[in-house]
Amino acid sequence: MLSGFSDRIRSCLLATGFTLAASLGAASSSAALTIEPVTSPGGITAWLVEDDTVPVVVMKFAFEGAGAVQDPEDKPGVANLLSTLLDEGAGPYDSEAFQTELQDRSVRLSFDSSRDSFYGDLEMLADDPGQGIELLRLALTEPHFDAEPIERMRAQIISGIRRDQRDPSAVASDVWSRTAYPDHPYGRPSEGTEESVAAIEKSDLEAFKTAGFARDNLHVVVVGAIDAETLKPLLDDAFGDLPETADLKPVADVMPVTGQTVTETMDVPQTAVRFGGPGLARSDPEFIPAFVMNHILGGGTFSSRLFEEIREKRGLAYSVYTYLAPLDHTAIFGGGTATRADRVDETVRIIREEIARMAEEGPTEEELSEAKAYLTGAYPLRFDSSNGIASQLLSIQMEDLGMNYVDERNGLIEAVTIEDVRQAAERVLGGDAPTIVTVGPSGA
Amino acid sequence: MKAPIALSTVAALLFAAAPVAQAETSFADLEIAPNASSFSLDNGMEVVVIPDHRAPVVTHMVWYRTGAADEGPGESGVAHFLEHLMFKGTEAHPDGFSDVVTALGGQENAFTSQDYTAYYQQIAKEHLGRMMTFEADRMANLALDEDEVARELDVVLEERRMRVDTNPSAILGESFDATLHVNSPYADPIIGWPDEVSALSREAAISYYDRFYTPENAILVVAGDVTVDEVRALAEDTYGQLESRVDLAPRTRSQTPDLTSLRTVRYADPRVGQPSLRRGWVVPSYATAEPGEAEAIDVLAQVLGGGSTSRLYDELVRDGGPATSVAAWYQSSAVDPDTFGVYAVPRDGVSFDALETAIEASITDVAENGISEEELERAKRSLVADALFAQDSQQRLARIFGLALATGQTVEDVQEWPARIGAVTAEDVQKAAQTHLPLDAGVIGYLEKAEAPGKDS
Repeated sequence: MLSGFSDRIRSCLLATGFTLAASLGAASSSAALTIEPVTSPGGITAWLVEDDTVPVVVMKFAFEGAGAVQDPEDKPGVANLLSTLLDEGAGPYDSEAFQTELQDRSVRLSFDSSRDSFYGDLEMLADDPGQGIELLRLALTEPHFDAEPIERMRAQIISGIRRDQRDPSAVASDVWSRTAYPDHPYGRPSEGTEESVAAIEKSDLEAFKTAGFARDNLHVVVVGAIDAETLKPLLDDAFGDLPETADLKPVADVMPVTGQTVTETMDVPQTAVRFGGPGLARSDPEFIPAFVMNHILGGGTFSSRLFEEIREKRGLAYSVYTYLAPLDHTAIFGGGTATRADRVDETVRIIREEIARMAEEGPTEEELSEAKAYLTGAYPLRFDSSNGIASQLLSIQMEDLGMNYVDERNGLIEAVTIEDVRQAAERVLGGDAPTIVTVGPSGA
Repeated sequence: MKAPIALSTVAALLFAAAPVAQAETSFADLEIAPNASSFSLDNGMEVVVIPDHRAPVVTHMVWYRTGAADEGPGESGVAHFLEHLMFKGTEAHPDGFSDVVTALGGQENAFTSQDYTAYYQQIAKEHLGRMMTFEADRMANLALDEDEVARELDVVLEERRMRVDTNPSAILGESFDATLHVNSPYADPIIGWPDEVSALSREAAISYYDRFYTPENAILVVAGDVTVDEVRALAEDTYGQLESRVDLAPRTRSQTPDLTSLRTVRYADPRVGQPSLRRGWVVPSYATAEPGEAEAIDVLAQVLGGGSTSRLYDELVRDGGPATSVAAWYQSSAVDPDTFGVYAVPRDGVSFDALETAIEASITDVAENGISEEELERAKRSLVADALFAQDSQQRLARIFGLALATGQTVEDVQEWPARIGAVTAEDVQKAAQTHLPLDAGVIGYLEKAEAPGKDS
């Protein structure tokens, strides 16, 4: 990113070492959102929301479990590098020809990997979606992995890793992960290290793809100007050539290490702070009360307790936030801020105090009703676009929350009692102290 | 995930009136948001309405035609500082209205640029009138106490540390802009120079507010589940009740002269993990260009650096070229002439000289030999496709119109944009390169790694 020509936006940037899980998916029951389950002749299933307002079709899909956790132990960064190479030459097209085809057919195709899963995103014009689907098929089933694009993307990723090594926030996130998960894939950097990315070979990419991309770990959501009959054969075209079953390595469930304090020195005028400890699994019955609690404590609006104490009352920081990240094999309650070096101790002390206060007392009735009003009211905002709808539905599908979750979600929030939140707060925040990492100048 | 460098070409919004044909895109048939309409209130406030009934949600934005470039001497950063203070409160609502927005499930934010400052909420449609009441109230009745102002100044200084001081690339960026935009307010960073920000006062903020925050200097943009009549009625009851407070002066600013010199900016820092190079020129914006000129520069930016089929990518990044990444960008929506930039990261072992030579060769080739019809068509189709995909989002749509109107364009200008892009010829693009990207002018910026003085890092 170039700096200096973007708008200065007054907001909390939620950049953590972990992909922030889609908090609590879902749309307003007041929006007429009809999800249609579609099964192709070849047995590929997808959720479809048909909407002809805009002549665009959005498809989002994922291969569950095929994320950075599947990287070879000695070579973190394979999933990430793979996500940059699928559109760099496939089938009859070399890299440049493939990119030209995408542009000439007005198709947007991109891939991404998280710690747990591998994602794809396809946007196309509604008049001929078959063209985009054909390019997707080639990318998934016949990618070339030619030497030139591998080297090109490798260089680009290494360049980004070097930049991040000098960014206190990125370093703090990496150090936190390493400290919290010392003997687990979650402790390794998703994008890899300079050394590991340099060592990745074509065979690593092929092996990852072969093991990870299959029909049994595939999730698909389609939103936009397309009907079920048109979509069915396209699903077979896109995904029908994939193997039946994925061959994923088992990944151990793990708890983050708590109570550690790590300080790294970096000659910068501001100290980055990252903290985190155990959270709750998405399937935990107390997840939703904990989610409400997190919103009240530091969930990223201008009204949270931490925003009030750290920013509004004391001017200590521009951004402060907390989050719940329920990953597939662990769960985190974490957060972060950045402040002048001589005010770090005060800032961390206040964060600890606020966490302790929430653990002991829970929220007030007023805070709870305000949080419910916000969370239920903000619900439809996530569904203001085809892209938004598709993102929400994909995470609902992957979390196995059920097709009716969209209609149920606000009721689940409304049903939370103050006692539920107190218990969840005590459970999430009342245990061991979080592991805290600070990266900034010494001798403050 | 590939990390494309975000480019700020104006992606305009369109509805395809006809399917986009494969062979020959018919740009003339494409109109941007044909259902958008505009009118003015009696007090001069402009209103744009863009209906989109897919979700029961609205985006409500107020854009002021004022930004960092309109600050007084010695007060850099006051526009952005005021943007923060606008969340503090008024006589009627001493604690602001963030709590209300939150309680209603809304999301809000604000942003400051050189030429505009904008405030927005996205919220369930039934709360639109209430948002207008609050927003109109803080347009006229901001109330600030000294303690709040002092604390918020600390927040802004932390923001500056986060965005700039911890980021060598942003530090270079400030020097780069200051060197490029000679004699223009675009030389000063939006967030302000450190000494001047530190010295900002309540009085400075109020004085700026009193000069610029007035209905005839504001644009209301509402996108989402509304009709024009609904918006008109609500706007008249709220914003329409405000008196204009100011005799607005025209936005006449000192201009960057046509400097025929090449200036160099170097910043070396031990924190630089990855050297990079940037090249910049001052070029006409949509507000200052001759008819068709800005459109040609838009297409030129796309041909040169718009993604992985562009000239620069092909010649510098593919096949072991001298760069690992490259981009071109055009700050097209601005009151005054603004930046055309090229950014590149050298591959290991490649000197800045070699990288520069390669960039210059690509530009020279376009200037001397022009571009093919195929390239032209691909670049145009790509710009238009950006716009087609952008229509998925009411927020992006509201921003496109707000940005255009705040920087001297009209609703019609936005609506007719695709046809004007369609009219650009290969010759126009060649001429734009010849005219606006002279190799012996502009600024080159180098970000390089300094050897750290002997201490642990």
